[in-house]
Amino acid sequence: MDPEAAKLLGAGIAAIGCGLASIGVGNVFAKFLEGALRNPGAADAQQGRLFIGFAGAELLGLLAFVVAALLIFQ
Amino acid sequence: MGAASQGDKGKNVAAEPAKVDPMHQFTIEPLFGSANWELAGYNIAFTNSALWMAISAAVLWLFMLGGMKRQLVPGRWQMAVESFTGFIDDMLEANIGQAGRKYVPYVFTLFMFILFANILGLMPLGLVGVHPFTFTSHFTVTGVLAIMSFAIVLIVGFARHGLHFFSLFLPHGTPWWMAPIIAPIELISFMVRPFSLGLRLFVAMMAGHVLLEVLSSFVISGGNAGVGYGIFIGIPSLLLMIGICALEILVAGIQAYVFALLTSLYINDAENLH
Repeated sequence: MDPEAAKLLGAGIAAIGCGLASIGVGNVFAKFLEGALRNPGAADAQQGRLFIGFAGAELLGLLAFVVAALLIFQ
Repeated sequence: MGAASQGDKGKNVAAEPAKVDPMHQFTIEPLFGSANWELAGYNIAFTNSALWMAISAAVLWLFMLGGMKRQLVPGRWQMAVESFTGFIDDMLEANIGQAGRKYVPYVFTLFMFILFANILGLMPLGLVGVHPFTFTSHFTVTGVLAIMSFAIVLIVGFARHGLHFFSLFLPHGTPWWMAPIIAPIELISFMVRPFSLGLRLFVAMMAGHVLLEVLSSFVISGGNAGVGYGIFIGIPSLLLMIGICALEILVAGIQAYVFALLTSLYINDAENLH
């Protein structure tokens, strides 16, 4: 296979990671809402933890983007 | 969009006027003829990145200046500034405790600088011919901010706990036979923090701006290709762009918040171990 084509294919495959991270981010917020609606009084105190979970899940999706960008531009 | 078409002229692809280069907006250019300024063999040109850092700092300074009047009954502006400081103050107190109060100046500066940079970079100043440059979309900038946070963690940790700081790598109550596995994992997760901190902000900002530019190229190419393409590709892309712009404003706020939040969590490790 042409190396250039292989690079572009690899970048496209790496983009799957972004979609998977969206599942993760969705899960974080879904579970938070689920818990928050059961016990609204405790929800505000947990917002920091919500964003820690969000940041962790999002980072892996962004890493997939970085891999794709490196494959295309290097 | 204007910047992209200028870039196309620069690269002699004028034969395809509709081609938009989504990465051109991140080009760093020396301004005001400073391309050859040197200090000890290093180029110190005053770039558009430095210009927008200065603009962010100036806007932030004006914002704070207008709100620090210390009136007993605060006006709207003072309320805006006080809600920001109160927000950071609460976050540090919740995450670190009373000892966290002394980090308010640093974390507040970090949060506001990143927030203003992200939002100024999204401003539609292209309408009046000024092209905002989002300097947080460069790893050199976010990396330095992350290293500053990490350095504070290291300095505070070693100053307060001495070599006892290394107990961070062995959580309290770990069974002895788990120690050889846990300690390297904790060490790696600690060492990777500045990278993940800087990388997250830079990639989130860059991805958003590339996405906007790609959508704008759909609008331009769709409009150039004919009426049918314009209606069925250009207009939906434009509507999507408006939605993504709103999302980008949200992301600008969230990324600034996450950066400050993670910094406060890391400082908490240094203050209180775990």
